[in-house]
Amino acid sequence: MEVRETEFAVAPPVPTPLGRAIVVTSGKGGVGKTTTTANLGAALAARGSRVALVDADVGLRNLDLVLGLEARVKHHLLDVLEEKIALDDALVRDKRSETLFLLAAAQTREKEDVDPEKMRTLVEQLRERFDYVLIDCPAGIEQGFRNAVIGAQEAIIVCTPEVSAVRDADRVVGLLPNTFRPQLIVNRLRPQLVKKGKMLSVEDVNAILRLPLLGVIADEPDIIIATNKGEPPALDPASLVGGSYRTIAAKIAGEDVAVPEPREKPSFFGSLGILFGGRA
Amino acid sequence: MLDFFKSLFRPQPSSATAKERLRLVLLSDHLSLAPDVIESLKADLLEVIRRYVVIDEQHADVSFEHREHEIAMLASIPIVSVNGDRPAPPPPTPIRAPLPVTTASTVTEAPTVTAPAVAVPVEPEPVQAGAPVAPVRTRRRRRRKRTADGQPSLAQVQLQA
Repeated sequence: MEVRETEFAVAPPVPTPLGRAIVVTSGKGGVGKTTTTANLGAALAARGSRVALVDADVGLRNLDLVLGLEARVKHHLLDVLEEKIALDDALVRDKRSETLFLLAAAQTREKEDVDPEKMRTLVEQLRERFDYVLIDCPAGIEQGFRNAVIGAQEAIIVCTPEVSAVRDADRVVGLLPNTFRPQLIVNRLRPQLVKKGKMLSVEDVNAILRLPLLGVIADEPDIIIATNKGEPPALDPASLVGGSYRTIAAKIAGEDVAVPEPREKPSFFGSLGILFGGRA
Repeated sequence: MLDFFKSLFRPQPSSATAKERLRLVLLSDHLSLAPDVIESLKADLLEVIRRYVVIDEQHADVSFEHREHEIAMLASIPIVSVNGDRPAPPPPTPIRAPLPVTTASTVTEAPTVTAPAVAVPVEPEPVQAGAPVAPVRTRRRRRRKRTADGQPSLAQVQLQA
């Protein structure tokens, strides 16, 4: 178990100050919570912060897959909560980053099996040792959501420019404690469609949600390819979306950076259009 | 008006449709998520109407209807008698049929072809009925406003037009 030794070396118990526990939530499923959690975690760790990612989606574990760590997961969240396994033994260190750790969800258990009070204590323990604890919240507003929120102090709302996602995000914001100061990431934006009036714009979405805008992620094939491979694009310096995630990470870390105008790579036919003087 | 003609010639972009649908559905969501607000609105509404007529509170109903282009507030308040001549006992059966006051007040700014009579932006104003008669304060006020104290806000109310 040489991995474990590195874990201890990298994330020693630090007394104070406590790290920030941020829940990544959306209400609606499939809007990119897990991808966002993985990439922000990777980007924050790449900046030198100690980051713990907690997959709170008990029964539907996925964060390990997005990070490419599925083969390393031996124990999970419920093992720790039920005190079968020590926290250190359940934390999986990332392949690429020395300071990024994952606590996977249990795949064969249910959200109702989680004791919320123990979850709160666990997140507190993690905050003692990590600068950031990012909690990947399951879809829905039931027990799984409550478990994911209970230990957090802040929230990131992931929302796609679709009516259903905005409605659900609005509902979730209403369920969060007022102290959470939720911030918004608009995911899967397609600027070309927005320009043509075929997609809600960031402004449209936020006219309804009215949250501080943390960032905008364009809908790029990078994400699909990266998820296929289990490599977060946030670590790829050439990736456009990776850059967006790194900017968001900088913002979370307190840097005063503007939210860049969302861009997307022009498609092949789009480029042809530009060549012939048409609109892309 | 200009918008109306424009819309005849050019179809609305789908994002505008999405925006409008979202606005209405969220308005409706927020209303249904705030039952105590509705209750206190209803209590206030009845109180105002009671100044002018005697009403059958048991059968009064205030609801919201999600229509095509607006959210309308519908109040059905059976009137027992005009102030001054109070009948002895309330009738055994609800008299809904005679005079159900149906106030349709939109909470929309959207251009609608069928503009309802009373257009109230967000906060319902007291309905101005005929000449005020001496107010009757016989019935006990059923409910005081309960929204002032900061309840744990499970439901976030953003009444925005």
